Amino acid sequence: MDGAGPTIAFWILSAVTLVAAGGVMVSRNLLHAVLFLILTFVGVAGFFVLLSADFLAMAQVIIYVGAIAVLVLFAILLTPRAGRDNGETKMLLPGLLLSVCLAAVFLFVIQDANWSEVSADPGLGAAQLGEALLTTWVLPFEIASVLLTAALVGAIMLARSPQEEAEDALA
Amino acid sequence: MTIGIEHFLTVGALLFCLGLAIALSKRNAIGVLMGVEIMLNAVNITLITFSRFTVSERPVTGHSFVVMVITVAAAEAAVALALAVSVYRNRETVDVDKMNLLRS
Repeated sequence: MDGAGPTIAFWILSAVTLVAAGGVMVSRNLLHAVLFLILTFVGVAGFFVLLSADFLAMAQVIIYVGAIAVLVLFAILLTPRAGRDNGETKMLLPGLLLSVCLAAVFLFVIQDANWSEVSADPGLGAAQLGEALLTTWVLPFEIASVLLTAALVGAIMLARSPQEEAEDALA
Repeated sequence: MTIGIEHFLTVGALLFCLGLAIALSKRNAIGVLMGVEIMLNAVNITLITFSRFTVSERPVTGHSFVVMVITVAAAEAAVALALAVSVYRNRETVDVDKMNLLRS
């Protein structure tokens, strides 16, 4: 990937994404953490554009920024008395230690591997992706739709209040 | 300076480790879920990177896989947040340290 444009875009996107993810870690207020999470998702969508995955970038913005972030906000607002504190448990130190070790292993492998045989492939359009999803990968595609339906029904069942259940039983 | 495959993989790896640290250390169940979402996003970056930088007979396989990951992540987020709301309704807390009903 040559040229000044992609290089500048890459460094800006890396900074935004990683700083925002760090913000999720360090912010004390849970609502601020969600806003940092949204910024992380937008940064990842930018990476998708940079990697010529236009359709997935759009899907990322619609699904993550549009749907999942709103869902997380709703969950925070529906649990008011649990507090907005985004603190850590006593597993903070072991968790950080494990993450740093894992990062060291990943970075060593990435530096050590020989990527010279890898060559840049031109980007793919939404048309090719749609064709693949409805021909080669049609079975996983259908299973994913069944999974979404099951998750939707399960989420509604779990989140319903006992009073509503009693009313439904009477009706 | 040329941006190559290793740069994107580095960002994906660092984002994954940040998400792992968040998921392991947060006290609030919703905070844990945010860490899991960041990890899934990091994996998606890595998948798209390999799809973009390698030549294969089926070039859209990586993209199809990312579509599946996004679908499963959405389903997981919906169920996990419904669970958090359900636990809050019964215990008035979403603190993972206080969810200890099964402790003998």
